[in-house]
Amino acid sequence: MMNKLRATEARRRAALSGIADRWAALPAWQRLIGVTAFIAILYYLPLLGVPGLTWLRTDSIDGGNSWAGVLFTCAIYVLVAIGLNVVVGLAGLLDLGYIGFFAIGAYSVALFGSTNSPVVKWMQRTFELEPTWAVAWAICIPLAIALSLTSGVILGWPTLRLRGDYLAIVTLGFGEIIRIVARNLTGVTNGAAGISAIPGPEGAPSADNQIFGLQDLKPWYWLAITVVLLMVFAVRRLENSRVGRSWLAIREDEDAAAVMGVNGFKFKLWAFAIGAALGGLSGFLFASRNAFIDPSQFNATLSILFVAMVVVGGSGNMVGVAFGAVLLAYLPERFRFVSDYRWVAFGFAMVVVMVLRPQGLIPSRRRARELQDRAKEAKVSV
Amino acid sequence: MNFDELFGHFGQHTVDGLSKGAIYALIALGYTLVYGVLRLINFAHSEVFVVGTFAVLGAWTAFGMQDRPGAGQAILFLLIGLIAAAVASGGTALALERIAYRPLRRRNAPPLVFLITAIGLSLVLVEILGLLLPRLVGGVFPTLFGRERQIVGMPTIIEQKPLITIGDTSITNVQAIVFFSALLMMAMLDWFINRTRYGRGVRAVAQNPETAALMGVNQDRVIMLIFVLGGVMAGAAALLWSVRFGFTQSSLGFVLGLKAFTAAVLGGIGNLRGALLGGLFLGLVEVYAATLYTSAWEDVVAFVVLIVVLMFRPTGLLGESLGRARA
Repeated sequence: MMNKLRATEARRRAALSGIADRWAALPAWQRLIGVTAFIAILYYLPLLGVPGLTWLRTDSIDGGNSWAGVLFTCAIYVLVAIGLNVVVGLAGLLDLGYIGFFAIGAYSVALFGSTNSPVVKWMQRTFELEPTWAVAWAICIPLAIALSLTSGVILGWPTLRLRGDYLAIVTLGFGEIIRIVARNLTGVTNGAAGISAIPGPEGAPSADNQIFGLQDLKPWYWLAITVVLLMVFAVRRLENSRVGRSWLAIREDEDAAAVMGVNGFKFKLWAFAIGAALGGLSGFLFASRNAFIDPSQFNATLSILFVAMVVVGGSGNMVGVAFGAVLLAYLPERFRFVSDYRWVAFGFAMVVVMVLRPQGLIPSRRRARELQDRAKEAKVSV
Repeated sequence: MNFDELFGHFGQHTVDGLSKGAIYALIALGYTLVYGVLRLINFAHSEVFVVGTFAVLGAWTAFGMQDRPGAGQAILFLLIGLIAAAVASGGTALALERIAYRPLRRRNAPPLVFLITAIGLSLVLVEILGLLLPRLVGGVFPTLFGRERQIVGMPTIIEQKPLITIGDTSITNVQAIVFFSALLMMAMLDWFINRTRYGRGVRAVAQNPETAALMGVNQDRVIMLIFVLGGVMAGAAALLWSVRFGFTQSSLGFVLGLKAFTAAVLGGIGNLRGALLGGLFLGLVEVYAATLYTSAWEDVVAFVVLIVVLMFRPTGLLGESLGRARA
């Protein structure tokens, strides 16, 4: 009964406003078909050969990168954006050092999974194991998640009591600390030389691997998109839970939320930890596919790019941030002539979007309303 | 942990740290001024500084400065450099305010939006200096924009010589100039904010913008003023940087800006004297850390110190107070 009422109400609103409302007003079976079709298209993308659409492929231009590889990067960035969206978009905490968690995830699989890592070599010596022994890839997944989650809690515990702007600089510092430590602790991380032979689902990278090889990147993309879809589902559940509502309350007015009995610190820490875990997971996938990582891949510029994806896409809205991530990962690959000018274009786009459309390209409705409200308040006070 | 080296030459390391921290402090002033009044992190301020370094080099090249000019000429070139840097940096800061921040303020945008805009502006400025200008006018100004994103060397204006030697601590002439010029600039700014009519306006807006507006303070003009002041300080820092280190690079700003902002936060952002204290403190911490471990670790130690200080004094060493009775 309630569902029917809700659907009717939603249908009524659909007559008035945009696509999102129309979508919400569709009967459940139609939405299911829509979602299934969309997912099917996502899985079909690397094979894209429909006449008239092949120009979308990045290998359709001279010297373009492997299409599946670019799609994989997009998927990883989408995962990053979803994780960062929990922190920035939902809980409203500005985290400029998200790359730190990404790096921790990447280094967990590198340090424990690769036979070239000093950590694995040390384990082999200490426990008298064979020289081919390393921690299995599947065990590295929970390890990466656990390590990045723990680091999120460790960073969040002292710093989340700080006000927003301080948090931004402290997290930015954290990202740099992780990178510099990875560069300097040569005995543990191989330093600037990096770690090679990072395993994938089939073990260490080699020409014998049947599915997850170095040439054909399609399986990697399918793996990544599966993870992304699972995480989208999980975060969506979280958003609509008690935790998600607490985040929104904290973001919009922390004092009011506290008065209503929301423990701000606890939920902020949750957001930080969950965001960190997702960042770690994406770093993990990135490292396994790349098979080689070094500290220079985790610089602060990339960290800022991550925030840009979320904010330009529309912070708070998962569709928006995913769109932002795809945009920023895909455009420079397809339009190579801009790739030299990509940073200037990104910077310019960030300014233009923020000045003209501060809620982002595909905003969350609640956030857009909040911004409209603020604009109205401004007119009154000046 | 090289304690012997640290305590054996403690005086020398302290001098080095202070002269390093003085430049941080001057840049930190720009962050602190804007933050004190607008509660916004002007992330693009580091690029304002970099524009200043390019302006110094440009002015020196334009007036045909050679390595190691005589004393009279050196003073002249310092003045030319200071004017060029102050105009370029102040102008850039003002342009940022007019083009980007003012439209956002009109709409009462949340702080996150300001920050992202500032990051975007900062990227654009870095790329203009590092890529667009070299491509467009690199042929016309080879010494300035000859190579894309590369380090550009500058002529030496003053040769480093030990000025005073006490025990085994020696203070070079360049270190003394950098340190005392920075102090002088800061003292002038402090006087300006605390003792002049304009400064009173700045403090009033920082304290309460609405009340200040009711009392007849032109808010927009005050905001423009603080951006220009911050820019001029960054320009002075750019000149001192050029004298001390003699090079510049389009990507120089990021790390330096991060350090300067850290310094501002350490001292208590929004607090002018805090910026000085934070800058000097950070400079000392870095030099001591570089001695104790290696210079590869100095950034890590600097950020760890920041986190620790903020844990125990969440508003920095001196607290936030541009608006309070004393700046």
